[in-house]
Amino acid sequence: MFDFGKWTSCFNDWLLGTGMADWLAVLIECVIVGVIVLLAYTVLALFYILYERKLCAWFQCRLGPMRVGPWGLLQVFADMFKILIKELICLKGTDRFLFKLAPYLVITSSVIMLACLPWGNGLQIIDWNIGIFFVLAVSSVGVLGILLAGWASNNKYTLIGAMRSGAQMISYEVSLGLAIMTIIVLSGTMNINELVWAQEDAWFLFKGHIPAIIAFLIYIVAATAETNRGPFDLPEAEHELTAGYHTEYSGIHFGFFYLAEYLNLFIVSGIASLMFLGGWMPLHIPGWDGFNMVMDYIPSVVWFLGKAFFISFVIIWFKWTFPRVRIDQLLSFEWKYLMPFALANLLLMTVFVALGWHF
Amino acid sequence: MELLCHIGNGVLSITAMITGLALVFAALLIAKLISPRSYSVKKAEAYECGIPTRGASMLQFKAGYYIFAILFLLFDVEVVFLYPWSVVMKDMGPSGILCIGIFMFVLIMGLAYAWRKGALKWE
Repeated sequence: MFDFGKWTSCFNDWLLGTGMADWLAVLIECVIVGVIVLLAYTVLALFYILYERKLCAWFQCRLGPMRVGPWGLLQVFADMFKILIKELICLKGTDRFLFKLAPYLVITSSVIMLACLPWGNGLQIIDWNIGIFFVLAVSSVGVLGILLAGWASNNKYTLIGAMRSGAQMISYEVSLGLAIMTIIVLSGTMNINELVWAQEDAWFLFKGHIPAIIAFLIYIVAATAETNRGPFDLPEAEHELTAGYHTEYSGIHFGFFYLAEYLNLFIVSGIASLMFLGGWMPLHIPGWDGFNMVMDYIPSVVWFLGKAFFISFVIIWFKWTFPRVRIDQLLSFEWKYLMPFALANLLLMTVFVALGWHF
Repeated sequence: MELLCHIGNGVLSITAMITGLALVFAALLIAKLISPRSYSVKKAEAYECGIPTRGASMLQFKAGYYIFAILFLLFDVEVVFLYPWSVVMKDMGPSGILCIGIFMFVLIMGLAYAWRKGALKWE
């Protein structure tokens, strides 16, 4: 596999070779990292908007956007430009500071999470030794943004939407954490890079077999709820709450919540592919050396994005297939079924690991 | 493998944070520059389906969510306690099951108590 780390170390050597001070080199590299993250964020958001619209259309036997550009490919650019030129309205009676702070929190948390994901061999920015735990911790900051947005808008719909969203996101965070922990018990590390390399012989989904597959299913359900997507899109239940917590936001202010929602979809899919499907690691079957060699020729970026987009496809598929649940059903589903199952599954995995019943 | 390790994770995390703040700030700046601005009393009212707003909207809220928030606190702290254990579980072997079994037992008793008390029921 090609190691993208060669490029960065090459660039770093060249930068230091020009005779500039160390701090200046670090500053330039940080700026480049920032620009790359920004580009990745925008490109992914644009891609996801089109992806969702096209998939939604195909599930409903429509064509989707077709007018702007070939197959409607330029539609997203038109949408983004339109949203930029809309007026920013700040209503009477809103808490202005909190109202404006909320998008910052929501976007910043998703940018930091995006920077933690391993895109390919050597293509990773933040690499803490507590990697996946850091991602979970940052993800809970996004909930604060949503709660602030609902509270500061001075509107009953937004308040109810934000409270629902908060209750839903914090509830499902527990089973999300337990499902991820099941895999950490198997791997014995939280570092994202080490997690990927531990799956070199086989993905964790196959290594941990029964408990890993159950954890994967729990993770997918919890991730769907965590990103506020259907059938768990109660915060935005438009027939009861107009648009939920972002009812009062207009123009690009609303656009931020929209962007963050799509990026969170990518991030949860990325974490699912990292924890269960090997991240950027190609499909390796022990003993099949020829097959493994062929798989290695497919670039690691393609593997990671392919897995992430596939899981996003499944989550979008849920949205256009299942009817929306009620808030009491949602909370009792989490606390009475999903969370006890996740706990029992964690114990099952512990027993499997202690007795060595995994590959 | 050794990507960017000479910079340090703290600096990189702060870089990502500043990137996020800069993204919002720049987009807001562009929007302020090119978007129209007008003010009217009607426009500044809260949108509640055209009906005038009654009373304050920043009010105290249904306690149903409050109980779930307390439960969440309990279980999130529990997850935080479980993470260090999960990393070393592989090395501990069978004694790891015993250690966590006692912890889990207390926890599951707590959940069962909350369940019996009807805290999980939505009213």
